[in-house]
Amino acid sequence: MKRNLTLSALLAATALTMAAPVQAQDSVYVPLLTYRTGPFSGSGVHIANGMRDYLEMLNQRDGGIGGAKIVIEECETGYDTKKGVECYESTKAKKPVMYNPYSTGITLQLIPKAAADKVPVLSMAYGLSAAADGTNFPWVFNPPATYWDGASVFIKHVAAKEGGLDKLKGKTIGLIHLDAPFGKEPIPVLEALAKKYEFNLKLYPVPAAQMQNQGSVWLSIRRDKVDWIYNQGWGAMNPTAVKEAVKNGFPMEKLVGVWWAGGDDDARAGEAGAKGYKTLNFHNTGAQFPVMQDILKHVVDKGLSQAKKEQVGENLYNRGVYNSMLIVEAVRNAQKLTGKKSVTGEDVRRGLETLNITEARLKEMGMEGFANPMKLSCTDHSGHNKVFVSQWDGSKYVKASDWMDPIKDVVRPLIEEEAKTFVGKDPGWPKRTEACDKAA
Amino acid sequence: MFYREAGQFKKTYAADMAVFPILQDRIGLGIILFIAAVVIPLTGSTFFISSVMIPFLVFSLAAMGLNIVTGYTGLISLGSAAFMGVGAFACFKLTTSFPNVNILVWILASGFFSAVIGALFAIPSLRIKGFYLAVATLAAQFFLEWCFVRIPWLYNYSASGAIQVPQRTLFGHIITGANATPTTRYLVLLAIVVFMTWIASNILHGRVGRTFMAVRDMDIAAELMGIRLLPAKLTAFALSSFYCGVAGAVMVTLWYTGGEASDLFNIRQSFYILFMVIIGGLGSLLGCFLGSALLNIVPLVLKYGLPSIGIAIASETAEHINHLLVGALIIFILIVEPHGMARLWQITKQKLRTWPFPY
Repeated sequence: MKRNLTLSALLAATALTMAAPVQAQDSVYVPLLTYRTGPFSGSGVHIANGMRDYLEMLNQRDGGIGGAKIVIEECETGYDTKKGVECYESTKAKKPVMYNPYSTGITLQLIPKAAADKVPVLSMAYGLSAAADGTNFPWVFNPPATYWDGASVFIKHVAAKEGGLDKLKGKTIGLIHLDAPFGKEPIPVLEALAKKYEFNLKLYPVPAAQMQNQGSVWLSIRRDKVDWIYNQGWGAMNPTAVKEAVKNGFPMEKLVGVWWAGGDDDARAGEAGAKGYKTLNFHNTGAQFPVMQDILKHVVDKGLSQAKKEQVGENLYNRGVYNSMLIVEAVRNAQKLTGKKSVTGEDVRRGLETLNITEARLKEMGMEGFANPMKLSCTDHSGHNKVFVSQWDGSKYVKASDWMDPIKDVVRPLIEEEAKTFVGKDPGWPKRTEACDKAA
Repeated sequence: MFYREAGQFKKTYAADMAVFPILQDRIGLGIILFIAAVVIPLTGSTFFISSVMIPFLVFSLAAMGLNIVTGYTGLISLGSAAFMGVGAFACFKLTTSFPNVNILVWILASGFFSAVIGALFAIPSLRIKGFYLAVATLAAQFFLEWCFVRIPWLYNYSASGAIQVPQRTLFGHIITGANATPTTRYLVLLAIVVFMTWIASNILHGRVGRTFMAVRDMDIAAELMGIRLLPAKLTAFALSSFYCGVAGAVMVTLWYTGGEASDLFNIRQSFYILFMVIIGGLGSLLGCFLGSALLNIVPLVLKYGLPSIGIAIASETAEHINHLLVGALIIFILIVEPHGMARLWQITKQKLRTWPFPY
């Protein structure tokens, strides 16, 4: 058996070397819209490093994806919509396989443009929740879960801790959110759930200019005797919320952040008192997974990364890795579907729609235990996949719940309704003409 | 030498008082317009037109708006981005409520909504001046931004709170939405900007403009000469907001395909426009274009121009250098030439007229 393996490896190696000169031209161009500058760079740097390092690792270890080298280009957006659109316009002529806008503002700009330019947009667990409807938004993908899924999982978590969905009745649940489209995203779902399970929903908007000054907001939270709080914040808002919760003696295990409120630095701000802070997550933290070890070996140790060694495995770094994994799997899938190595944006869109990451595939990638299997379809561009709750133990996030399904029967109809109204207002919105592929 | 005016006689009062009395200036303007309207659409790449020229024109228009109130009337306003927002949301609401009316009509009409709001916030300007007025306009910025986020009626109750401009046509060509080509959008925008500049030039060279300048130079003297301060200041604010409003409307319709207010019309945008006016030149229409060109094009040259000619510069490094450069430039211009780049051009022109013996 062992000999067989060596033999096949040898054969494969020869095949690769022999094929190499012919396919030297094969490459896929992946532009990364990142932000290492500006007010949100504190979070952006880690994500940018994670995204870049995973792709670089594949170039170093495997020579790219399926024999096609990955051409990585970072374009600095500074989390600024104007610069993000500039980045899009400047890179679009180079035949990119997909865009990762990494800001709700830029995503909203790219959604109509992507359909016109035939490039898929992967807004991983951010952007427009309604874009999960593949019938109306064939070019936009937001796996593995939308903000609406996230909010529903939070309610499920509360129910689990309180002893059942029927125990939610009469409880007061607060949403502290950034007063911008990103922050307001979960409101429709929470309102629908409040009606269904008869809990009181209280909204605590935090204007962007007041992110670091939440004293009055937390005073109202105390006055309203809120039982649980869901935090839909980003950037400087999160560490401030954690600090204020500690100061006001709010029980930390009842403060749950969306996945973007799960930076290691966010929790560190609360010092010892932040122990117990929770955040939703769809991938694990830590550097113990084989994929992380490969990144350390092939990229970080060779000095090809901008990340420090101890940052590999932090929550947001791993999120970047997870995002790049989705890019790569979609490209690989597109290669399988078309038989080409240098795939185009149109091919990768088909690759994304037939994306099916199984347990076996995760193991192959060295991501067993890092992520959960996920699946997309032509109609469902988010997958409404499972999410879990992570908890800050004082120095890192640890898994604190099982993988939980979102409350799909509430979320999905809302998504389809919202997608219809979004599209219905524009007479120029293209009808879906793209055929649906069978899974590869 | 370059500016030989020998033989150019002015035979009428009108010719003497013309905005461009020198023949060479008129030829130069003609060449610039020809390049803008014919050469650029024919030869410019998509990136150049959509990411360089369109933002440049939109911000020129916004800078013109601020220059009317700050440069010509001497009242500092920090709310220009909010007034742009009023125009943008007015245009969005109008075109979604009355989809059959031509979008061009709504773009210009949205300026009036902005003008009314602008005049409303200008009422305190009679009593307060300088920094205090700046603070009052800052209140407008925060209040209006709050409205854009907090009044769901303004964005048609969309769950994301963002607006999406629907597809609209002009003479059968698609000019808004994602399906409009950059060249079409650019040409429509250029026509609007040229038209609005022409109007502004006429207003500012006429009685109204002279009233503004009299108020700027010394308001008590202006009052003694019979200029009523309140109407003058209100007009200045209304006119300024009108221009900002139209700039905001073209921003969401012809440049972006939509967007969210806290993102596009925030306080940073207001300062950005103020920098353009200061660097370009207070009290000069040419300065609006120069300032907008400098602040929009220099960062792009650093970020995309240098790598394309082989000088490798990382995207984020370019961004850092850009921040340093803009800061340094503001300080440099304020020290060396407080009247901005427009004044530099004036000096250059004067030297060229007397060349080779400048004095």
